[in-house]
Amino acid sequence: MKKIAIIDYGMGNVQSVANALELLGYTATITDNHDLLKASDAYILPGVGAFAEAMNNLRARHLIPFLHTQVIEAGKPILGICLGMQLFLKSSEEMGLHEGLGWIEGKVIAMTPDSTLRVPHVGWNDIVAKEGASLFAGVDQDAHFYFDHSYHVVCEERYISTKCQYGSYELTAALQYKNVFATQFHPEKSQTKGLKLLRNFLNFVEEHPC
Amino acid sequence: MLKKRLIASLVIKNGIVVQSIGFERYLPIGKPEITVDYLNQWGIDEIIMVDIDATREGRCIDPELIKRVAKRCFVPLSVGGGITSVDQIHTLIHSGADKVSLNTQAFTNPSLIEEGARFFGSQCMVVSIDAKRSPDGSYRAYTHGGKTDTALSAAALAEQAQAYGAGEILINSIDRDGHKNGYDIDLIRSLLRTTNLPLIALGGAKDPLSMKALLESCDVSAIAAGNYFHFVEHSATIAKAYLSRYFPEQIRLDSYSDYRDFSFDEMGRIVKKEDNSLRDMLFEFHPKEVI
Repeated sequence: MKKIAIIDYGMGNVQSVANALELLGYTATITDNHDLLKASDAYILPGVGAFAEAMNNLRARHLIPFLHTQVIEAGKPILGICLGMQLFLKSSEEMGLHEGLGWIEGKVIAMTPDSTLRVPHVGWNDIVAKEGASLFAGVDQDAHFYFDHSYHVVCEERYISTKCQYGSYELTAALQYKNVFATQFHPEKSQTKGLKLLRNFLNFVEEHPC
Repeated sequence: MLKKRLIASLVIKNGIVVQSIGFERYLPIGKPEITVDYLNQWGIDEIIMVDIDATREGRCIDPELIKRVAKRCFVPLSVGGGITSVDQIHTLIHSGADKVSLNTQAFTNPSLIEEGARFFGSQCMVVSIDAKRSPDGSYRAYTHGGKTDTALSAAALAEQAQAYGAGEILINSIDRDGHKNGYDIDLIRSLLRTTNLPLIALGGAKDPLSMKALLESCDVSAIAAGNYFHFVEHSATIAKAYLSRYFPEQIRLDSYSDYRDFSFDEMGRIVKKEDNSLRDMLFEFHPKEVI
């Protein structure tokens, strides 16, 4: 069984993610320690918080170059959740303009509320997964997942594995690029469908060569 | 399409879940972790847990309690009760909470909303408002467990909370709490006019019929109830099955046993199936969902 680390950078709902993994039979390490992270086979980057604060916290822990080496160069699988997904992009417009990890070309922009559209986009929404979206194997096409966000990801179509409709917004619900996976929704908080998705990620990790 | 959430509001007093009536009388229900486990299995959309002793006792809701309940909670969990600092929010989120709910502090120290939103994002900050109808017909917001009059209208407090960066508003009616006389539609409408944040309505639900009446008259984002969920087996699933009959596009009903093929009586309770349909079910194969 491979070792999973939940990256603890002071931002995420790390315990919720660890609880979900525990139900699936994995004891994840919650840490920001480079040695412990280096010894792990795959990462989960959760996130509840503000973009700038999250990048500051990653920077303070010297995790930006570290994660680049582990994920982009060494090819270890990573799953970003919610803010964790947004951090993978080049930049975000949340409370100013901030640079992200830049692994995926694109940006994070605000959703604008109007008379019919309330922001944040919070609650359970159904998704449409593209063919070959491996995180969604065995998950019904119209399954519901729990979203809670005010900003959304705009990027090239080739990175997007799943979309979701909110008012006039066609939101990026999930990303997949080589060994980099991400969801805007919270699989750890989406009951059985979410747990299935996490199981798919863990299966990918188990079969992944490195 | 985004669904209307069905939220269970769990009131904690002396460490256990209680039934609350008019913010004055309380009856014991049971252990929080067991309540959460059941609601999670019954397909509830979200759980809000508030420790109503905390503010009065000058402490914050116990993070150890949150750790215990979060183990079995695979739906979003909002927690509240006596939260006064960003550090406490941090501890609660680290213990397994997904959002925090502010009530007294949202009025006495609204900058906590702003600070919290800066660190954790607006989506993490729920402001919960307890309102009471005044003799002149207006709705006033109360703090300190419904004891202290803020002299501010509930709608004005909601507007202020939005300006400080709240991500959601929960409106509870003190008059309706535990009285089973339906949601206070006028109160809810007054908030829908002043804020464009997602609004959660609480207070007065008797049965799924009250929830249907709410959805028919107001565009709320979520329906919350407390007592209803405790006294009916599979309450969350049954309420959703009933509501999805009237609002098929707006309710998430994807649990394995979903009560879709049941009928309901005039009080929204399920009716026993016909003998022949029960006989047909005898040999049905129900595989266990493997994750």
